Amino acid sequence: MTDVPMVLAEKVSKNFGTNRVLRGISLEVDTGEVLCIVGPSGSGKSTFLRCINHLERVDGGRLSVDGQLVGYRQKGEKLYELKLKEAAFQRQEIGMVFQRFNLFPHLTAVENITLAPMRVKGLSKTKATARAKELLERVGLGDKGDAYPAHLSGGQQQRVAIARALAMDPKLMLFDEPTSALDPELVGEVLDVMKELAKSGMTMIVVTHEMGFAREVADTLVFMDEGVVVEAGAPRQILSDPQHDRTKAFLSKVL
Amino acid sequence: MSEPESDRMIEAEPGRTPRAGRGRDADNAPPEAIVAIPLRHPWRILIAVVLLLGLAVFVLDAAQRADYGWPDVGKYIFDRRISQAAWVTLWLTIYSMIGAIVIGLLLAIMRLSPNPVLKSIAWLYIWIFRGTPVYVQLVFWGIVSLIYPVFTLGIPFTTPWVTVPNEIFTNLFITAVIGLALNEAAYMSEIVRAGLLSVDEGQEEASTALAMSWGQTMRYVVVPQAMKIIIPPTGNEVISMLKTTSLVAAIPLSVDLYGVSRGISAVTFTPVPLLIVASLWYLLFTSVLMVGQHFIEKRFSRGTGRVKTGKEPAAPEAPPTAGPGAPGAPLGTDFGGRG
Repeated sequence: MTDVPMVLAEKVSKNFGTNRVLRGISLEVDTGEVLCIVGPSGSGKSTFLRCINHLERVDGGRLSVDGQLVGYRQKGEKLYELKLKEAAFQRQEIGMVFQRFNLFPHLTAVENITLAPMRVKGLSKTKATARAKELLERVGLGDKGDAYPAHLSGGQQQRVAIARALAMDPKLMLFDEPTSALDPELVGEVLDVMKELAKSGMTMIVVTHEMGFAREVADTLVFMDEGVVVEAGAPRQILSDPQHDRTKAFLSKVL
Repeated sequence: MSEPESDRMIEAEPGRTPRAGRGRDADNAPPEAIVAIPLRHPWRILIAVVLLLGLAVFVLDAAQRADYGWPDVGKYIFDRRISQAAWVTLWLTIYSMIGAIVIGLLLAIMRLSPNPVLKSIAWLYIWIFRGTPVYVQLVFWGIVSLIYPVFTLGIPFTTPWVTVPNEIFTNLFITAVIGLALNEAAYMSEIVRAGLLSVDEGQEEASTALAMSWGQTMRYVVVPQAMKIIIPPTGNEVISMLKTTSLVAAIPLSVDLYGVSRGISAVTFTPVPLLIVASLWYLLFTSVLMVGQHFIEKRFSRGTGRVKTGKEPAAPEAPPTAGPGAPGAPLGTDFGGRG
């Protein structure tokens, strides 16, 4: 491990027109750390997550992943926007899992997983497929390789989506409310996969409403509201003894 | 007689499970069918009879009218000149549609690209080619070789390096294909654009997050899914193009089905039978295409059904009833062969 944090955000801000979605987010995620972000909807959690892999452009502050500025290159005092190719290259190291899975419906589970490694990293089909089967085994879907997304339950689809993100061998995994679109009885199987991933030492940032998961798995819990970090710290402490009024109000509604 | 009796026994002993089991069987017996006098539709029948009578009168009358020249229809329907012209019409359609699809795809992607220059050029193209009649455009392409008699390569307003005579637009068949393709491309681009836009935004996002480039995202993720939306209306455009080829008379190209029919009738002074001959050939082609279109639509509506279920994480637990697989079959590898 190096002393450079995996994710370093310094006063990150983001506007959509006049709407200031992020108003200076500062936080640090070390390698191997699991950070959970909670907060009411519209608080900017998802936007912040999408800034980390440059799906959204950061408007202010500094955001870097593994010591590299996201979306920009610094030369002296000046910042240069990255070319699309360079931005894509940065994303190779960052896996993302979406609320609505976003599996490719015209491809089987294995094809979903092998597409990017083959097209981006130039892996051979045999190698990529072998790796895909390994990953499907890991998320407990070893027998579903040939299934199309429509034939899988939501929980199974989300696990395939996790395997798809892992296939690029990311250093960092981003989860954008990975269980919010799931029926309650399917949440557990996805959280189990995520717990296993956390145990294996993956650096993870998880936007979630699953307080139980946050309490159990997170090293740090961040409460966000109206584009700022209201409170951050050990999950047990924040969940049982919130310091800030807004945190208290939010937790009283969700716990 | 025994059935109601056993029902009563079940009511008397509700707690006994074997009886309860039989009770379920009794409930499953098909209910009595409804016997009712169906709603009458006297006006429907009356109108149908009147229309049928009218049609019969028209047909009997037409069969006797000399102006239709039925013997001439029989004489020319399999005339070699006509069947060769039908062949020309068919190839005009095929080449024009291939050109239109390629250019249309390009225009659609340009319109959706983040580059404002590409976007504007595509918009301008569509504006011009959809905003003017195809007949007028064909007339224009017919005289373009007079406006540009030579092609030159070099620095503008200096002596050109290379000069090539314009032989493209002096070949009337190629001119017709270009004219039809350029016009149709504007319509095709709108169809393709609608298809590309129909693909969920999350697909592009997921692909981008996997570090795929915009081109790769289009090629491997967006376009394959858009095809299901694009192909059925494209079939309609083929049918429409087959008929539009008759307008190449504007260029003037006269070796197509309509052109040759007119040519023959100009000599024989029997325009009506030759119009009937041409119409029958057009009808034959469009009918064949309509049958093909029917199967394409059937196939792709099934496809979009599956896409929809894939995009519906709100009901992810539903067994794959929407899928083509046999209901009740176990989930998983059984479906592998499909797609």
